[in-house]
Amino acid sequence: MSAVTLPVTRPVDDIAAPVALSPSLDEESRAWLRDLRSDGSTRDGAIARLHALLVRAARFEIARRRPTLPHLRGDELDDIALEAADDALMSVLRRLDDFRGASRFTTWVYKFGLLEAAVKLRKRAWQGREIPLEPETWNLFASAGLEPDAEAEQRELLGTLQAAIGEQLTPHQRRVLLALAVDGVPIDVLADRLDTTRGALYKTLHDARRKLRRHLDECGLGPELLEEN
Amino acid sequence: MEGSALHRLVGRLLGPAAPEVGCEVCFDELDRYVELELAGADADAAVPGLRAHLDGCPACREEHESLRALAAVDSTR
Repeated sequence: MSAVTLPVTRPVDDIAAPVALSPSLDEESRAWLRDLRSDGSTRDGAIARLHALLVRAARFEIARRRPTLPHLRGDELDDIALEAADDALMSVLRRLDDFRGASRFTTWVYKFGLLEAAVKLRKRAWQGREIPLEPETWNLFASAGLEPDAEAEQRELLGTLQAAIGEQLTPHQRRVLLALAVDGVPIDVLADRLDTTRGALYKTLHDARRKLRRHLDECGLGPELLEEN
Repeated sequence: MEGSALHRLVGRLLGPAAPEVGCEVCFDELDRYVELELAGADADAAVPGLRAHLDGCPACREEHESLRALAAVDSTR
């Protein structure tokens, strides 16, 4: 029931944080901020309208994913939309001072509703499903659908990657990489199971990927070969 | 088809070659990035590393697609 928490902003790579634009806010966004920061019925009304915006965003996300959710009934989906909107409302109100006017207020708000709905749907889709976290059970050749008579270059690339994943990565990096990149576990679901955050997991994935790229480069399997595959 | 499956697997294993931001920066910048895209501006120049992150992170990519679609509906009103 708690809102999705995204920790303090930090780039994965050493990219300078983008300079915030300081455009003059449009009138509608100003009105939103003014009403949400006021008291009494004005604020109550603004919060009700804000919640309605978030419900719209959550339902929009659910509608986009509807074809992949045949097991969920309409009333269940609407419950998820309302729950996502409730949680997103808490996030928006908590982070209201973060709004810099770099977009319309409504666009800024929508992303909270979309995020909450997407995370809830991913978790529902994986509810009760076992997540394979044993590195011994994986085989890249099977995952790639590679036949025994595959081209030598493809076999060499996969063989080198398979060995690098086994030898170059830490157990945690290996577990995270295989779950996310090979088994297709959604990052929010894995974060939940490993009791960590999406940002921390992506950092681990990023570090593992960098190690693999570096190793392939050292083995003479550069980006040209990767592009060909 | 076989080469394509291999290409996708290798792409998921290696991620984007270009420097990228993380999920938190992506979330912080996504609304600005999407509005720049919809306005036909150079969103990639304005928010370096975000496109590479979208290439490497399926969850953020899905949320970008959704926000862009929803904001596009609003911008035509």
